[in-house]
This record gives sequence, structure tokens and C-alpha cells, in this order.
Amino acid sequence: MTGIDAAADSIASTDVEVVAATTSRARTIAASIIPPVLFGALVMGLWYFISYGVLDSSRQFLLRPPHQVIDVGFLDGSNRSELFGGLWSSTRVALYGLMISIGLGFFIAILMSQAKFIERAVFPFMVTLQAIPILAIVPMIGFWFGFGGTSRVIVCVIISLFPIIVNTLFGLQSAEREMHDLFTLHHAGRWTRLRKLMFPNALPAIFAGLRISAGLAVIGAIVGDFFFGRGEAGIGQLLRKYANQLQGEELLSAVILSSALGVTVFLTFGVLQDKAIGRWYSEDS
Amino acid sequence: MTANTLSFNDISHVFPDGTHTLDHVSFSLDKGEFVTVVGPSGCGKSTLLRIASGLLDPSGGTVDVDRDRLGYVFQDATLLPWRTVQANVELLAELHDIDKAERVRLANNAIELVGLSGFEGHYPKSLSGGMKMRASLARTLTLSPPVFLFDEPFGAVDEITREHLNEETQALFQREGFAGLFITHSISEAVFMSTRVLVMSARPGRIVASYEVPFEYPRDPQLRFNPEFAKLSGEISLSLRGAHS
Repeated sequence: MTGIDAAADSIASTDVEVVAATTSRARTIAASIIPPVLFGALVMGLWYFISYGVLDSSRQFLLRPPHQVIDVGFLDGSNRSELFGGLWSSTRVALYGLMISIGLGFFIAILMSQAKFIERAVFPFMVTLQAIPILAIVPMIGFWFGFGGTSRVIVCVIISLFPIIVNTLFGLQSAEREMHDLFTLHHAGRWTRLRKLMFPNALPAIFAGLRISAGLAVIGAIVGDFFFGRGEAGIGQLLRKYANQLQGEELLSAVILSSALGVTVFLTFGVLQDKAIGRWYSEDS
Repeated sequence: MTANTLSFNDISHVFPDGTHTLDHVSFSLDKGEFVTVVGPSGCGKSTLLRIASGLLDPSGGTVDVDRDRLGYVFQDATLLPWRTVQANVELLAELHDIDKAERVRLANNAIELVGLSGFEGHYPKSLSGGMKMRASLARTLTLSPPVFLFDEPFGAVDEITREHLNEETQALFQREGFAGLFITHSISEAVFMSTRVLVMSARPGRIVASYEVPFEYPRDPQLRFNPEFAKLSGEISLSLRGAHS
């Protein structure tokens, strides 16, 4: 074989490798995209089938076909602005609630991590608070704080506080003994230990808690709004109104939006987590 | 105060649950000495280091040592995973409020000494076990402690890496002139590294034998195949078997 042949051969084989690599990557992508797309199509098909095949026209309001939902819920200007106005209101309530939960949760978890007796004193009440079904305390909150925005935020805080406290506390307490020894040997004070060891060590757990709490805060905002039904209309009030008035398309649109809000919040915290600790932390390690 | 850098005077230790770990242990080491304690698992070897460093109080006896300048190398590398190699090595200087410029200088020196130059920006998760141990050594080196305590530091790495780390630690010992107290299960590691090997009995730990290691530093890696080396290792091994029963 001449040198040129060999060179051509090696180029050809490189090409083959490149092609192979491209196909295998394309395959991986296809493998992760095709199944959910197929399943989505199946669900859509079933939806159409129920709307047109199962329900007769007098009862079709129970499940309007997808294109009508989009038409009425998202393409109609006034409905759209009502829905997105409600979405924005609920988002704000959820974010306020979450912020307060984070601040309060960190504070309580840090206090608990600093003194065993505080942990012992507070923890049973935290568990009790968490165990109360949110619907059971919502009327009480309305009673005490009125039926407007404040109460909605309080519902968000109550529902999303616990995972932040528990995860933060767990994270703060999970630094290895040897690491604590290292800090002890070098006379690190309480504050230095908290700042340079316990808090950074807690970050992965904190983010796990945040993702759970963020989703719960969205639920809290919608449940609170649904229940109190005064003040600025959020998604909850819209859900109730559409249900009462048998506005099927708008109702489904509101459901889709609430779910989209939950997913967005969850994904956002995933991205934040990756930005904050992705460089040094991977979930499998 | 004695002339020794570190001395244990009649140390006994009993845990609150009644476990008797150390029984009248006395020995001392001086600058330029590298003493290794070998003994069965759970005989209180690590307790000895915890007492030396003040992490644990003895039930009886006293320790003479300057605790402000004590190097402690743990069983695990105990690197903070959220810090790069550079930031990890700077940690101790940081805890001692040494200013940034000096901290960086100390860390750079130490990183170079352990051969981790080029890995300053790496996070621990991307380092091998041996490299983590090197970073851990570098961290301890930054404060130039006159006494180093090693708590089975190379137990978790593979045989070849362990031998390399032994050679490197020995070079550091030669260069920095610290006194070393080393804990291990491995007799060959003990003989290769030390000026003196102490054999500790099963619980409650007592020093049952002491062997001077005659080989000159720097020691060649091939020393491990020397008949004298094998003979000494054999004697220590026999004594250790006695200590087990």
C-alpha cells in the first residue's frame, strides 16, 4: 500500500468515525425525544376522541378539543389577558411566599443547628404544622388575616416552609466529623464554622429543599387564591369562576397555565442550582 | 517542659461507655524523628492522635506539645468539595487570619512541593484519590508545623499510589525537618518511613515493643526489597501477632 493510499484510507476511516459519532449522537437525541412526542400525540388523540367520539355535542363542554382550548383560552385577547393577569398575580404571591419561607427557614434551621435544645424544642411543632392539611388551616388564616393578598402569601409560607427548614438543617448537620475536627484544630469560631463549613456543605440539600418548596409555593398561591377569592384575581379565582360558569376552554387553559408555572419554577431552580453548585457538586457523587 | 517536640506521659484513656482504649502509654519524639505506631484495628492508635491534638482529653496522664502549630493529616483527604485545590490549600492560613497575599504564597509553595502545580483550579471531585491526599498534605504544609500527625492517611489509595505517597512524604520529612507521628496498619509502610516503629497491643492499647530502623535517609524505593528490611518487617510482624492475642 502506498503512502497516499494509506493516507486516503485513514481519512476515509476518520470520516466513518465522524459519521458514526454523529449518528450515535443523533440516535441518543432521538431516543430521548421520540418517546415523549409519541406519547404526547397519543394523549392528544385520546383527547380528540373523547371530545368528538365519546361526548355528544350537548356535553362537549366537559372536555373541549385542544384547538378550541387554544383558540378560546390563548388566542382570544380578553381571555388571554385575564388568564395571564391571573398567572402573574399568582406568580407574585408564590414568589413573595417563597422568599419569606427561605428567609424564615434559613433563620430557623441555623438556630436549630447552633443549639440542640432549640432543635428539640421547635422540631415537633414544625412537624405538626407540616402535618395539618393546608385546606384545614386556610379558613383560619382567612379568619385572622382577611381574605386578600396577605393571607395568600401566608398560605404559601406555611406550605413551603417545612422542606426548607428540614433540608437546610440536614445539610448544616451533615458535614463530616473530620472536617469539623479540622476547623476545631485551627480554633475556628462558631461563625467561621457556619460560614466556611456548614453552610456551603448544606447547599446541595438546600437546593433540593428549594425545588420542593418552590413547587409547593405555587400550589399554595393557587389554593389560597381559590379559597379566599378576594382582591386581585389570581389563577385560583379564575379556576373557580370558570368552573362555576362551565367555561370549559378557559378552565383547561387555566389548568395548563398553573401546571406550566409549577414546571417553570421547578426548572428555574434546577438552573439556579447548576449555576450555584454545579461546578463542584454532581448528584451521582 | 521537656526538650522533646511531642511527648506522651503516662496517657490512659477510657471512653464514657467504658471502652478502655489506652493504658499508660508513654513515649516521646523529637525533631527529625519519624515514629510510626502499628497495631491491631481498634487498639486506640487514632485515639492517641486525637489526644495529642487536643481533640480528645486523656483520662489520665499529660501531653507536652505546642498545639498551635500541629499538623494533622486525616484518614480521608477531608478537602472541602466546594473549594478548588488552591482554596482548599489556603484554608488553614485563612483560619489563622493570614492575609491574602501571604496565603497565596504559602499555598503556591505547598502545591508545588506535593507536585500538584497545574491543578490549582480543579475541584476535588475531579481529582484521583492520590491527588486528593497530596492536596491534603499541601494544606497541612502551609503552616510549616514542627509536628505532623498522620492518621492512616494512605489507607484508601491503591498500593502503587501509596508507595509513591510514602516516598513523597519521606522527601517532605527530609526537607521540612518536622517530627512525624504516623499511624498505619501496614508494616512495610511503617518500616519504610520511620526512624522508629512502636507496636501497640490490642485494646487497651499499650506500647509492647519498639524498633529502631537503621536505614539512612533518603531511602531508595528499592529498599523495600532489601533482606535487612524484610528481616525487620518480619520481627515487627511477629511482635504484632503477639499483640493481637
